[in-house]
Amino acid sequence: MTARPRAAVVGIGQTEFSKNSGRSELQLACEAAKSAIDDAGLTAADIEGTVTFTLDTNDELALIRSLGIEDLKWTSRTPFGGAGASATLQHAAAAVKSGAAEAVLIYRAFNERSGHRFGQPMQRLPSARTNLHEPYGLLTPPQVYALWYQRYMHAYGVTNADFGLYSVVARRNAATNPKAWFFGRPITIDDHQRSRWIVEPVLRLLDCCQESDGGVALVVTSEERARDLRHPVVAIEGAAQSSVVDGDMSFNYYGDDLTRFVEAEHTARRLWQTTGLVAADMDVAMIYENSSPVVFYQLEAYGFCGPGESRDFIAEGHIDLDGTIPVNPHGGLLGEAYIHGMNNILEAVRQLRGTSCNQVQGAQNVLVAAGRSAAILGRC
Amino acid sequence: MRVEPPVVVEEDRFFWDGVKEGLLLLRQCAQCGRLQHPPSPMCPTCGSLEWSVRQMSGRGTVHSWIVSHHPSEPDEAPRIAVVIDLDEGPRFVSNLIDCEPDGVLNDMPVEVVFVDVDSVRLPQFRPVSR
Repeated sequence: MTARPRAAVVGIGQTEFSKNSGRSELQLACEAAKSAIDDAGLTAADIEGTVTFTLDTNDELALIRSLGIEDLKWTSRTPFGGAGASATLQHAAAAVKSGAAEAVLIYRAFNERSGHRFGQPMQRLPSARTNLHEPYGLLTPPQVYALWYQRYMHAYGVTNADFGLYSVVARRNAATNPKAWFFGRPITIDDHQRSRWIVEPVLRLLDCCQESDGGVALVVTSEERARDLRHPVVAIEGAAQSSVVDGDMSFNYYGDDLTRFVEAEHTARRLWQTTGLVAADMDVAMIYENSSPVVFYQLEAYGFCGPGESRDFIAEGHIDLDGTIPVNPHGGLLGEAYIHGMNNILEAVRQLRGTSCNQVQGAQNVLVAAGRSAAILGRC
Repeated sequence: MRVEPPVVVEEDRFFWDGVKEGLLLLRQCAQCGRLQHPPSPMCPTCGSLEWSVRQMSGRGTVHSWIVSHHPSEPDEAPRIAVVIDLDEGPRFVSNLIDCEPDGVLNDMPVEVVFVDVDSVRLPQFRPVSR
């Protein structure tokens, strides 16, 4: 535990998660933001800063004009999509702790199924790097990431059926989460193995995250102010990022060792150093998974198990709700929804408030790992 | 097979010019000799903006691979996408041709071949015995 003044998450809000919201991305952002501000017991006038993704289409001025925020003192955005999800907490905490903004609204909202689908070819600006990848058939995120994961499979003798071990856990958790798209619809490993190939020999359909419509938002303020608000205090114990030379959004064909997620290793080290906490102190791990293999990489990067040990670690039940380190109790981005990783942060807050539908009893510290960014939230 | 022609930018013009001539050229720092792939405007080792090019032997091994189907054109023939370890050191993303998916092995030796694919000339690789 650190003695420094901390920032805290005091409000969370969301829309329903669907495949066709029937309304604009801006409206989804407004609804989620209003819900988070209400949850905090604050008003729009209390919000002094905003944080979102560079990829978010909702501009700050359009949002505050709808919410009725009169005068914004801080704006920032995190690059490269979902792997930076936890960086939003780092940005908001920096604003609060520096005094730049007393209360910060974090938001992310999109129609990522009924509008632009992330599972389709990516729209990236021309660059030497995209020119050297896309003509070879690396068009979609599953293709791009699978070419990284295949070396891991080769190195450790891991098969696609092994990756399915995670999919089964995620869908089992989602099955008992009424807000999850796959509520009431668990899968077996046989279902996984019967689903169609997306990228042979790495990813089947049931390894891939969803495409979802929806919005989520959080409100961050100081721990001191949080004590006067309505919910148990959920402190941002630490937040960290890593972007490395030769890295890309959240993959790297050019690094020394494709069986490791170096950015996640760096992020883990920074979190343990700045908080004094260790992997064994974590009661729950929220792990960003645009597809199942990246859970394997991150379990190893954060030291929950050793290199190449994730298959056995998952098979032995360690990440189950009653395991040693429950992972994604809400069902994750495979089972609940893909709101670019931000819905994972909401579940971390619910776990620490004790209000999750799949509650891990007595959760005190929750890791929110998103690849190139991560944070630890703790109940004070 | 559909290939969108690359929208050449300043940093990779030399590369695609080389491909037209049947040459696999990588950017090499004129000051410190670092091979920089994909190319960048500045050398991250020494800060130089001066570049030369170095021709690769075109030989290497398969580091990782996938079968790529076009996401919205199911009738398109699948391709094998690969990361190659070039003999000179750098990694290189490409396609593996003249090989069935069940014949691909990690670390198998390959050599470059220049192929016109959907009117775009691409350096691709094929298995070779060593």
